[in-house]
Amino acid sequence: MNVTLKVWRQEGPETPGKFVRYAAQNLSPNMSFLEMLDTVNETITKSGEEPIAFDHDCREGICGMCSCIINGEPHGPEKKVATCQTYLRSFKDGETITIEPFRAKAFPLIKDLIVNRSAFDRIIQAGGFVSTSAGSAPDGNAIPVPKQHTDAAMDAAACIGCGACVAACKNASAMLFVSAKVSHLNLLPQGQTEKERRVLGMVEQMDQEGFGACTVTGSCEAVCPKGISLNFIAKMNRDYFGALLRGSPKATVESV
Amino acid sequence: MNLDARIPEGPLAQKWDKFRRDAKLVNPANKRKYDIIVVGTGLAGASAAATFGELGYNVKSFCIQDSPRRAHSVAAQGGINAAKNYQNDGDSVYRLFYDTIKGGDFRAREANVYRLAQVSGNIIDQCVAQGVPFAREYSGYLSNRSFGGAQVSRTFYARGQTGQQLLLGAYQSLMRQVNLGTVKLFPRTEMLDLVVVNGHAKGIITRNLITGAIESHAADAVVLATGGYGNAWYLSTNAQGSNATAIWRAHKKGACFANPCYAQIHPTCIPVSGDSQSKLTLMSESLRNDGRVWVPKKKGDKRAPGAIPEDERDYYLERKYPSYGNLAPRDISSRAAKQVCDEGRGVGESGLGVYLDFSAAIQRLGEAKIAERYGNLFDMYHEITGESAYKVPMRIFPAIHYTMGGLWVDYNLMSNLPGLFVAGEANFSDHGANRLGASALMQGLADGYFVLPYTIGDYLASQKPGSRPKTDATEFQQAEKEAREQLQKLLAIRGKRTVTDFHKHLGKIMWEYCGMARNETGLKKALELIPALQEEFWKDVNIPGESSDLNQSLERAGRVADYFELAELIVRDALVRDESCGGHFREEHQEEGECKRNDEQFAYVAAWEYKGVDQAPVLNKEPLHYEELHLATRSYK
Ligand SMILES: Cc1cc2nc3c(=O)[nH]c(=O)nc-3n(C[C@H](O)[C@H](O)[C@H](O)COP(=O)(O)OP(=O)(O)OC[C@H]3O[C@@H](n4cnc5c(N)ncnc54)[C@H](O)[C@@H]3O)c2cc1C
Ligand code: FES
Repeated sequence: MNVTLKVWRQEGPETPGKFVRYAAQNLSPNMSFLEMLDTVNETITKSGEEPIAFDHDCREGICGMCSCIINGEPHGPEKKVATCQTYLRSFKDGETITIEPFRAKAFPLIKDLIVNRSAFDRIIQAGGFVSTSAGSAPDGNAIPVPKQHTDAAMDAAACIGCGACVAACKNASAMLFVSAKVSHLNLLPQGQTEKERRVLGMVEQMDQEGFGACTVTGSCEAVCPKGISLNFIAKMNRDYFGALLRGSPKATVESV
Repeated sequence: MNLDARIPEGPLAQKWDKFRRDAKLVNPANKRKYDIIVVGTGLAGASAAATFGELGYNVKSFCIQDSPRRAHSVAAQGGINAAKNYQNDGDSVYRLFYDTIKGGDFRAREANVYRLAQVSGNIIDQCVAQGVPFAREYSGYLSNRSFGGAQVSRTFYARGQTGQQLLLGAYQSLMRQVNLGTVKLFPRTEMLDLVVVNGHAKGIITRNLITGAIESHAADAVVLATGGYGNAWYLSTNAQGSNATAIWRAHKKGACFANPCYAQIHPTCIPVSGDSQSKLTLMSESLRNDGRVWVPKKKGDKRAPGAIPEDERDYYLERKYPSYGNLAPRDISSRAAKQVCDEGRGVGESGLGVYLDFSAAIQRLGEAKIAERYGNLFDMYHEITGESAYKVPMRIFPAIHYTMGGLWVDYNLMSNLPGLFVAGEANFSDHGANRLGASALMQGLADGYFVLPYTIGDYLASQKPGSRPKTDATEFQQAEKEAREQLQKLLAIRGKRTVTDFHKHLGKIMWEYCGMARNETGLKKALELIPALQEEFWKDVNIPGESSDLNQSLERAGRVADYFELAELIVRDALVRDESCGGHFREEHQEEGECKRNDEQFAYVAAWEYKGVDQAPVLNKEPLHYEELHLATRSYK
C-alpha cells in the first residue's frame, strides 16, 4: 500500500515549525507505524536531509516513549494501543496521514515529534513513592492484601506515563496520569501511612507544572493505551478533599 | 593479567556473611563526601542509585531515555524468582542456587550465585513494601508460577508486566531520593567514555542528547548498569536504544570483557515477517506453563493447525524431555525448535516457526482464567499478527534475547579496574552460559539493593574523602577530546549508506554464523566478513545533521560502530570456546543434539583484554572451581 504523510517538522523550540509532506510507498499492511516512519527516514537520509526525529524505544507498548498524534488522535486510530503498536492495517491505501507531536504547555517541544515530559518525573518526586529504604522491609507475606485491592492497584499501576492523556485533553490536564499514580499506592496497605501527603504534594506539583484543570470530558480515558479508568480521578478527588479537610501536611522535603 | 575474583574464604553458605563481617565501612557523616556515578536506570541502576542515596552518598544517575522509568527493564513480562518457598513445594536457597548453576551449564561462579539465591527473598520483601502489586491469591497472600528449568513454583509476577512494576518500584525510590537531594538525574544523556585516573575509574564523559554538549563528570566510583548487547545481532527482543557503548568503551579503557559469546536465544518470540522489521517481540516464557509446543509429524504439512489430528502432532518437548516437558530451559527449547524446522517441519509461511497451543488449557481452565493469566500477551500477539491465540495456536520462533556475557567483575561486582563496578545484564556474573527465566530481574535487583551498597562501601573506605580528581585533569580533557573527534569523524564521512543498513547487515552475519548454532568454518568466515563491513562503514556511512543538536542518526552510528568491534570479539570468543555449553552451541560438539561440554579444557571464564586498535585482544582465564557441586552433564530428560 501507499500513503502520504504530513509530518510536523521543527528544528528546535525556538524555530517555527511546519508540516512537510512525504510519500511512503510499497508498504505492507503488517508493517508497524514506526517501521513505516523508519522506511521514510531511510529515504530522507539517503537524500542527505535530516530524518524525522521521533521518540521510541521498546516498540512493544510498555516504555511509554513513543508519542505521536496521528490524524488528530494521540497514538492513532486504534483503542488501547501506543503509537508503536499501531499497524498500517488500520489505515487505508492512498490515505494522507497527519503526524504531530504531543502538544501541551507542560510538554515543551524539543525537535520534530519529540517533546519534554520531565514534568511527570517531578510529579512523582513530589510524593509518588512509599518511603521505605532497602533493608527495612518485613516479609512479603506479613501483610495480606485482598486480591481485589492488588488488582485495582495493578489497574492503576499499568500506566506507562506516555502523556497521551494530556495531549488529548483540551485543557492539557494531567489528572488521569496523576490519579493513576496516586491510586496505585493509595489502594495498597503499604501506601496508607503517606496517603494524604502524597495526594496533596502530587496535585500541587501538577498545578505548578502548568497542566490545566480537569473538566471530566473523558477524552483522556478514550486515548489511553492502557485503558486507565476515569474512576481513578474520582478516587483521587476523594483522597484529596479528605486530606484537605483533615488539614494534612503536604509532602515536604524530609531532612536526611 | 592476574584476575582475582576475591571470593571470601570458608563454606559456601557463610561467604557472604564473612564478607559483610570483614568489609570496611564508611562512617555515616563521611558518606555525603563521596560522589558515585551510576550509569543506567534499569532495575540494576535505579535500585543501586536509590539505595546509595538512602545510605547518604551523593549520586549522579544517567540514562538515555527521557525518564529513568523507561529503561528496558520495563519490558520484562514474566516474573522474578525468589527462594521463598511460600508454596511449600520443596524450594530453598540451595535449590535456587543449584538450578541456576545447572541452568547456566556449570559456567558460573558458585559463590556469586549462592549469594544471589540468599538475597532473593529480601528482594520480594523490598518490592512489596514499595507497593509493587504482585499477583495474589484470594487469601491475600502472594501467588507464584513456574518458569523454565525449575520444578518448583518460585516465580513472583505482576500480570504480564513484572518488569514494569519492579522498575516503577525502583524508580519511585529513586524519585524519593531526588526529592531528598541525594540523587541528581541526567536523562537523555549518553555516556561516551570512562575516565581512568591512576588506574582507578574516576569519571565519565557524556553527550547531552538534546544539545549535543560533551561533558565531564568526576566521581569517587563509577557503576555501569547499562544493560545487554543483544542488538549486536540487530533483530532482538531488546529496545531500540539498548546498546553496548558504555561497557564497550570501558573495555577499551582497560576493563576485561567476559564470555562475550554467551548469548541467550529465547524460544518463544513472534517469528520475523518482512524485511523492514525493526525488532522481535517476546512472548513470555510463562506461557509455557499452559501452552504446549508442537509441530506436525509430517514434513511440509501445510494444513491449518486445527485440521491436523492429535496423533499427527509431535509435542517434541514433552517427548524429548518428559520430566520438564514444555518447561525445558531456553537454550534447549530453542535448539529443539531449530531442529524441527531444519527437518522441514516448521510452520507458518516461512517454515520458521512452531506452535504454542493453548487449546488444552482453555478446555481445562476456561478462557477467562487464561485471559487473567496472559491477557496482555494474547492482546500483544493479536496486535502484531492479527490472530487470536484463543482460537488458533500462537506461532513462535527463537530470537536473540539476553546476553550472559558482559564486563568481568569479581565477587564485589568490581571490574579489574578499581572503582568501576558493573551491575545487572551489563556484567557477566551469575548466569554462566545460559540464564534461567525470571532470573535477570532477580539479579539486577540483588546487585542494586543488596550487593553493591555493601561492596562499594568497602572500596570507598579505601579512598580518602575529597580525593577524587577534578574534571579539568588531563585524563578528562583527553577523553573529551577523543569523544568529540569520534563524532566529527563519523559526521565527516557523508557516504551513501544509512546506519540502519549497516546494522542490519551486521546482524545478518551474526545470526547466520554466530547465532543458534556455530561452527569453526562459519565463525572464521564471520571474522573476515565483519572487519570488511566495518571498513565500509567508516568509508560510506551517511549521517546527516550536526553533533550540536539532537541527532538520532549520530547516536545510532556511535553505537553501531561499537557493535562492529564487539561483534568481532563475540565471534573470536565463540571460536576459541571449542566446546558446547548452554547458549553456545558448537556443532562439532554434540551428543544426540545436546551440548557436549569439555570441562577439562573449558571450565573457565574467558576475560578478554583490549590491547589497542589492530592488536589482537588477549584472553585471560579465570578457572571455575566447583567446591559444592559436581560438574555434571545437564539433563532435563
Ligand atoms: C522483552 C524482554 C522480556 C524480559 N522478561 C524477563 C522476565 O520476565 N524475567 C527476567 O528475569 N528477565 C527478563 N528479561 C531480562 C531483563 O529484563 C533484563 O536483563 C534486565 O531488565 C536488564 O536490566 P538492567 O538494569 O541490567 O538494564 P536495562 O534495564 O536495560 O537498563 C539499561 C539502562 O542503561 C542506560 N544506558 C544504556 N547505555 C547507556 C549509555 N551509553 N549512557 C547512559 N545510559 C545508558 C539506559 O538508558 C537504561 O537506563 C526480559 C528482557 C526482555 C528484553
Ligand atoms: S516505544 Fe515503548 S511504548 Fe511505544
